[in-house]
Parts: sequence; structure tokens; C-alpha cells
Amino acid sequence: MTKIKGAEAFVEALRREGVRHIFGYPGGAVLDIFDVIMDVKDIGFILSRHEQGAVHAADGYARSSGKVGVCLVTSGPGATNTVTGIATANMDSIPIVVFTGQVPTHLIGNDAFQEADVVGITRPCTKHNYLVKDVADLPRIIKEAFYIAKTGRPGPVLVDLPKDVMNATVKFQYPESISLQGYKPVYKGHTGQIKKLVDLVLRSKQPVIYAGGGVIHSDASDELRRFAHLTRIPVTTTLMGLGAFPSDDPLSLGMLGMHGTYRANMAVTYTDCLIAIGARFDDRVTGKIDEFAPKAKIVHVDIDPTSISKNVKVDIPVVGDCKLVLKDIIKAFEKRQDEIKILTKRLDVWHERIEEWENKYPLRYNKGDKIKPEYVVEMIDKLTPEDTIVSTEVGQNQMWAAQFYKFRMPRLFLTSGGLGTMGYGFPAAIGAQVAFPRRTVVDIAGDGSIQMNIQELATAVQYGLPVKVMILNNGYLGMVRQWQGLFYKKRYAHTSLAVSPDFVKLADAYGANGILVENPADVEDAIKEALKIKGPVLVDFHVEPEEDVYPMVPAGAPVSKMLLV
Amino acid sequence: MRHVISILVDNEAGVLSRVAGLFSGRGFNIESLSVAPTLNPEKSKMVITTTGNNEVIEQIIKQLNKLINVIKVVDYKGKEFVEREMILVKVSAKEGSRAEILRIVDIFRAKVVDVSPKSYTLELTGDRDKLEGFIDLLTPMGIVDFVRTGAVVIEREQKKRRRL
Ligand SMILES: Cc1ncc(C[n+]2csc(CCOP(=O)(O)OP(=O)(O)O)c2C)c(N)n1
Ligand SMILES: [Mg+2]
Repeated sequence: MTKIKGAEAFVEALRREGVRHIFGYPGGAVLDIFDVIMDVKDIGFILSRHEQGAVHAADGYARSSGKVGVCLVTSGPGATNTVTGIATANMDSIPIVVFTGQVPTHLIGNDAFQEADVVGITRPCTKHNYLVKDVADLPRIIKEAFYIAKTGRPGPVLVDLPKDVMNATVKFQYPESISLQGYKPVYKGHTGQIKKLVDLVLRSKQPVIYAGGGVIHSDASDELRRFAHLTRIPVTTTLMGLGAFPSDDPLSLGMLGMHGTYRANMAVTYTDCLIAIGARFDDRVTGKIDEFAPKAKIVHVDIDPTSISKNVKVDIPVVGDCKLVLKDIIKAFEKRQDEIKILTKRLDVWHERIEEWENKYPLRYNKGDKIKPEYVVEMIDKLTPEDTIVSTEVGQNQMWAAQFYKFRMPRLFLTSGGLGTMGYGFPAAIGAQVAFPRRTVVDIAGDGSIQMNIQELATAVQYGLPVKVMILNNGYLGMVRQWQGLFYKKRYAHTSLAVSPDFVKLADAYGANGILVENPADVEDAIKEALKIKGPVLVDFHVEPEEDVYPMVPAGAPVSKMLLV
Repeated sequence: MRHVISILVDNEAGVLSRVAGLFSGRGFNIESLSVAPTLNPEKSKMVITTTGNNEVIEQIIKQLNKLINVIKVVDYKGKEFVEREMILVKVSAKEGSRAEILRIVDIFRAKVVDVSPKSYTLELTGDRDKLEGFIDLLTPMGIVDFVRTGAVVIEREQKKRRRL
């Protein structure tokens, strides 16, 4: 066997992992890898304009496609620029592998030029990370990195590549199998626990399914729908779970939590049996924890044992993969048709009660003279094809997107839920567009957030990625202003974006298209026009500046105490 | 509640900081820690003592198990085990106290490992109570310096109980 350079082995390993795209940015420490990549035809390279953009793009690629996203950057500042993106992926359990250049091994620890202890810096925000000290370990480490990223509870893995290791030669042999003694995720749920779960559900009077991002990660949406329909149990999803259950299904309660629907929050407050699936009882979901589902027996299906009984005491834990466990649950239920009949009949009363809640306080907003941001989202929902991928930034724009865009299928909604990273949505949309060049991809943005990674407009233009950015421009860091309005006596401390660029001119400067919309009557046409344009578009909607997101559960309050419009 | 936890890990650079970071990142305190390779030089055994209520410990153990380099975690709570720790104490030894110190050494079956005109350096192995009793008695003499290894533990073999 002939020997090849580490940099070549790197590319060969990616090939073996089926990688088709790399998002990244070059620099001194990775020159050797870039020199090899230049001639590679079967793996595309997308040059972002900031390393944060590259990681978010890899993340959006992963969320939308279910494949592992790949990112390659240089050492030192290139690597530290990826940290926010890695932490974002870590909080939302997104499978990405980030390769960082590193100074040559003999200089590590010397404060060498562009040296940073990236393995140390990213240790708490990766699922796992590696420093490759010997080129002989490179194939094994890359194989492990992809395996760890995509199996179990998915997450980001970082691999640090010293320059001399990329120059050393190795007899390339890609390992067939993996042996990680300390990593053996449990996929199959415990049969006894599943039986207990079924017994409990069959006895319940007011059950609710609370589904999270785990359902999407394990591609369990079909199973979730079958389970809900079989038992007639209503389903609420978290922000990360949007799309896991069709929002137009009669059993859908919409999202729960801080900006959830009235009926969803009331249903989890009064339920006697809460079935959590791939969700982690985040504080934005539970509100005041002692008053969350206070009357309920709680069942929790999750692949990550650390999520179970972390925030809320769980009565019936089931550790396992959502899809496999749901399959087993459905099988167990199907054997008990008579009892299911009694259950579904008994649920009439519960469904009536939920409908009363819905009739009392549906999701709504007041009309006005100015453009209402909620209306813009409703129109985007109405005018885009069913398989449109929607990303969001963070803030009010994100919550309005979650509330008023109707997600009917999984992997169409890309949002930074756990970390709440402003600047996530646009690069994530770019990554999704790379994965799905022919689909419509929309970033529902805020005027603040979009400026955090606006430089990626150049990336979109360069690679012909026709992402549509819909800026809900309220002239404020709106979500923060909303809190100041509600809880800080309207003292709007540094949340007015007094100066912002002319987004139409900005789009023009980048060689993209810009559209300004100031009248409610023009919203529909502007969206239609943006969708028709072949290239990337920024649509600048000047919306009602002081519109607030409702319902809202004030931080620390019980979810039943919502502020309503 | 004090817990003694043993952790079998890959003997690799950075593993200790993964384990330690897991404690510090969640505000859990490590009271003592000892690490050394096992018979298999590719693995190390850590013994950590920590305090916390049952939920905290359960969370710590789950988090430890989640680390890729952690192979096995054992919580000794409710188990029969032998615990040992070693200390080295330098105690000031003046004319009037030298004999008393040696008496204490004798009672505890400690060892004198270094002698100078002004001090004795003593070595003692035992469980926590024994070490603390020893320190309490030496404190009035004037402890100049002391260092503990942190606990190591091993599970006791199950003894068959004879039925009476
Ligand atoms: C990187 C980052 N910095 C700060 C925040 C805090 N934050 C949350 S929402 C928000 C305002 C976002 O403003 P904008 O993008 O205009 O969205 P809007 O709420 O107005 O829709 C801020 C500053 C954050 N989430 N992320
Ligand atoms: Mg704004």
C-alpha cells in the first residue's frame, strides 16, 4: 500500500463518510488540506465569510437533511470563531463535525502564532472532541467523530488537526468497525417500562403528549402520528419539536411554553398523564417547575439518561430511541383494542375542554394601520410551497414564526432553541439551501439578528443560493424591548436600533436583491415577487415597532398564568 | 451526604479535565480525587469523593457515564467497601512534645519518615476517621505542613453469611 499525506487521508476519510459538502474558511494551519481540496471534485466547498457562518451553515445542512454537517477552519481565531456555532449545535443536539487547524505538534503549548487550546475551549460545548497527535490515528478518529456525532443523542464533535500531522504520511486504511468501550447508546426501550407506560395511559382521563426535538432527530414523526391517532391523545410540541406533528392535525395543540398556545399550556397544567417524548423539560417550556403538570403522572421517553428526572421527577422513564420506543408502544397498544376503545371514548370530555380553551383564547393579534409581523408570517405560510424550509433568527421574529407558520412536516424548521443564537438563521438557511438546491428556503429574521451574520450574503450570491430573507424590521431588539416594556417600566435601555443600514441598498451592494415593504397592502405581492426571483433576496418589512408576542408566560411564572392579547 | 465514586476511564490526555469539568461546570464540588493507571496501562481508575443529595449524585453519575472516555462508574453508597487514604504530616517537635508525638505515632501505627531537630514527618494510612483522629491529636503540637492522597476504595468480597 502506498503512503499518502495526512491531508489526503483527511479527504479520503470524508469521502468514506459520504460527505458531499464542506463549509469553511482557510488559513495558515490548514493550507495543506486546502491544497488537496482544491482538486477534489466529489466534495463541494462553500466559503463562508465568517467561521460562525460556516458552522451554522453546517448545522442548517444537518437539521434539514438529517446528514452530518461538516466544517473546516483554521487554527486560533478561525477555531475560536466557531465556538458559538458549536455551542448552538450542542444545545439542540445537532450532528456536525468541525475540523480545526492547529499549530504543529512541537509548538503546541508555546503560545505559537495562531495557537488556541481549542480542545480545551470546546470541551464543555461538544459531545466529544479530539486532538490528532499521530497521523496513524487520523482515519480512526474521523470515523469515531462521525459515529459519535450522529448516533445516540446527536451532537457536535470537534477534531483538531495539527499542521505537521496533515503533512506526515500514512498507509491509509479506513477502519471497518468502531470499538468505543465507553460509548454504547441504548436504543431499545425496556419492555417492562413500556408495559407500565401503556397501562398508565390506558387508565388516564386527560393525557397529553409533549413531543420535542428528539422525535425529529430520530425520524419518529410517523410513529408519533400513529400513536396519537390510535389513542386519540392530543399532542403539543416544543419549539424544537415543531413539525414533528402536523400543526393542522385535529389533535395538535400547537407549541407549549413561554409563547405557547393557551390550550397547550392549559392542557399540560390539567393533564393527569404527561407523555414526554424526546423533550427535556427546558425552563422555557415548564415555567415555574413546581406548578408544571402538577396533577400528572409523568412518562418520559428519551435517548439521553441525563435528561430524565433532571428537572422534573419522572414516574415512568424509558431510555431509548424515540422511533424504536414508539414502535414498541404502538405494538403494545394494538394488542389492547378493547381498552383503547374505552379510552378514546372517555377522551371526549377532555377534547371538549381543550376546545373550550381554544375558543376562549386562540392565537390572535390585533389589526392596525402598520404592517403586523404576525400577518407577514401568515402570508409567508400561505404563499410558500409545502416543503419550504424556514429558519429563524432569535427574538420576536422567532416566536412569531413558531406561532404563525404552520409546520406540517419534520426538518422544515431551523431555529436556535437551546442557545438562542442571534445570527443563526441566515447561515443556517444557506446550509439548508446547499442540501436542497431546488426547495424554497426562507429565513424569518429580525433587524438586529440579521446584522450578526449579514456578511453571508456574499456566500449566498457567490454560490447562487436563492435564500429569501424576510426581515421583520421593527427598529428594535424587539424581544428584549418587550421584556423591558413588561418588567422594567418601559425603560428601553439600549434596545432601539436607531441606526440600521438601508437593507435594499445593502442587498444591492452585495449583488443580491432587496425589496422594501411599508404598507400592509403590499405584503402579499412582495413575498410573491421575492419567491419568483432566482437569486437571494432581502425583503425589508417595516412592521409595527412595538408589537409584542402573546401569549406570554413571564419567566418563573406557572405556564397557566399567561399574559394574553 | 458523602459519596465515594470510582470511575474507570481511558488513560488519555484530557480525560481528567473532562471529568473535572463536568463537576465544576455544574457547580458540584470534588472533595478528593485520586487517579492512577490500572493493570491495563490504557485505562486509569479515578476515585472521587463528593457530597450531594441523591438527585445530585444520580445526575453526576449519569453525566459521567455520558462521557465517551468513561467506561464504568461505581457509586459505593450502600456497598461494603474498604477505604484507605494516606497522609504525610510534618509536625513541630520541641523538647517537651517529642515523646508525646512518638506515643501518638505508636498508638496509630503511623511511621516516622523524616526527622529533624525541629520536626517529625509522619506517615499514616487508614480510613477517614482514623486520619482525622490522628490530625486532631497532632494539631496542638503545631502542624507545619500536611498532605493527603485522597481516598482509594475497593469493594469487599461478598462473604457468605452462615445461617445460625
Ligand atoms: C448573540 C446574541 N446576543 C444577544 C441576545 C439577546 N437577545 C435575544 S432576542 C434579542 C433581540 C433580537 O432583535 P431582532 O433580531 O431585531 O429580533 P426581534 O426580537 O426584534 O424580532 C436579543 C438582543 C441573543 N439572543 N443572542
Ligand atoms: Mg427587531
